[in-house]
Amino acid sequence: MKGNAMSYPVEQNEKFAAYAHPERLVSTEWLAAAVENGAVASGQLVVVESDEDVLLYETGHIPGAVKIDWHTDLNDEVTRDYVDGAAFAELAASKGISRDSTVVIYGDKSNWWAAYALWVFTLFGHQDVRLLDGGRDKWIAEGRELTTDRPAPARGDYPVVERDDAPIRAFKEDVLAHLGKPLIDVRSPEEYTGQRTHMPAYPEEGALRGGHIPTAASIPWARAAAPDGTFRSREELDALYLGEAGLTEGDDVVAYCRIGERSSHTWFALKYLLGFETVRNYDGSWTEWGNAVRVPIVKGAERGSFPVAVGA
Amino acid sequence: MMTTQALPTALAAIVDDFQALTEPERLQLLLEFSQGLPELPERLKDHPELLEQVVECQSPLFLTIETEKGGGPAGAVRLFFKAPAEAPTTRGFAGVLHEGLDGLSAEEILSVPDDMPELLGLTRAITPLRMRGMTAMLGRIKRKVAASTAVRS
Repeated sequence: MKGNAMSYPVEQNEKFAAYAHPERLVSTEWLAAAVENGAVASGQLVVVESDEDVLLYETGHIPGAVKIDWHTDLNDEVTRDYVDGAAFAELAASKGISRDSTVVIYGDKSNWWAAYALWVFTLFGHQDVRLLDGGRDKWIAEGRELTTDRPAPARGDYPVVERDDAPIRAFKEDVLAHLGKPLIDVRSPEEYTGQRTHMPAYPEEGALRGGHIPTAASIPWARAAAPDGTFRSREELDALYLGEAGLTEGDDVVAYCRIGERSSHTWFALKYLLGFETVRNYDGSWTEWGNAVRVPIVKGAERGSFPVAVGA
Repeated sequence: MMTTQALPTALAAIVDDFQALTEPERLQLLLEFSQGLPELPERLKDHPELLEQVVECQSPLFLTIETEKGGGPAGAVRLFFKAPAEAPTTRGFAGVLHEGLDGLSAEEILSVPDDMPELLGLTRAITPLRMRGMTAMLGRIKRKVAASTAVRS
């Protein structure tokens, strides 16, 4: 593949070096230095904040960072799908992002939404997109600079690229065909077992049935993150996914949650930190599977088995 | 279409303010409401168990109501909210409801239409998913007010 002329240098450190793709992460120190030396202000490096809360960026953000909202910017307004190539090109260009830009994404909640945005960038094949290890919370905990000034970036140059879903996105039919191969359920244990967590008078939105996809291992997404929001070390992630979840090298893996956001975080860890080649995020997740007609589910803490009797 | 005429005065004024603005300005106004949400009084701060969580909100939001003593059926209802600073949208919704409803009578609060949040004109900018949190908050307040009215009568 042709080298990327505009690409910003990759961070080298001992922690990242142990990961399969160290070029996918940057540390807060590294980003602070890039802000300091003007790389962000000049547009050489584009920093994107992506949060669950649509107003959080407005309360203060990393100097020079632009905002991308998972819901209003990345989701299609009418179809349950992501924006198309033309809308993504317009969004990227308006944020000062060109096709060959190095983009660093960060956000709240241990980068849960930032990982989701990174996954959507990857659907469009954006090549150099990285996560800020530890996200917004670590940046703030370290007392680093925040601003409410909104940058006005020069328009980027972004072609209309058709989304290529197949390599990293699974649909319900794909998951049905995948049954028997490894699945990771990244929701809370209560969601996994199907136990009700709310009072009867306050109906829980989302799914008609509680439980999990047969054979799925339960590894809540946040277990991949340390208390400071950074990713766990290679050794810890190996113990979690190869040990506890039972994955083996070369496995074809599907991760899911409720709507596909939390599982983007796990997708990132499996794909870029542990180096699994084939990892797909099932964004339909439990809000689709738990409501779908004639798909098998398992209740309780056991993973369950496949094949199961369907429609009997 | 519902109009602001059906709303208590303070709430109607807030709705008018939102409607007079462009979408980005509405978000800014919601941010100001999030900054204006009062802190819990000390007696509630030390007793989180007295507050109820509204689980439909994306971020942790806890609330409770109190009726001022000696007021009879027309006694003023006081509203108390707790939401983290990292959840400005949720705090903003709480701030709107606090400024619009705090100190009104049970009857006035119960008369607020359940779909009042839609009048703020934020649905497109905030998305329907997020607006559900505010609708749920209003619903919870009304349920609690109705329950306390039933106990007293």
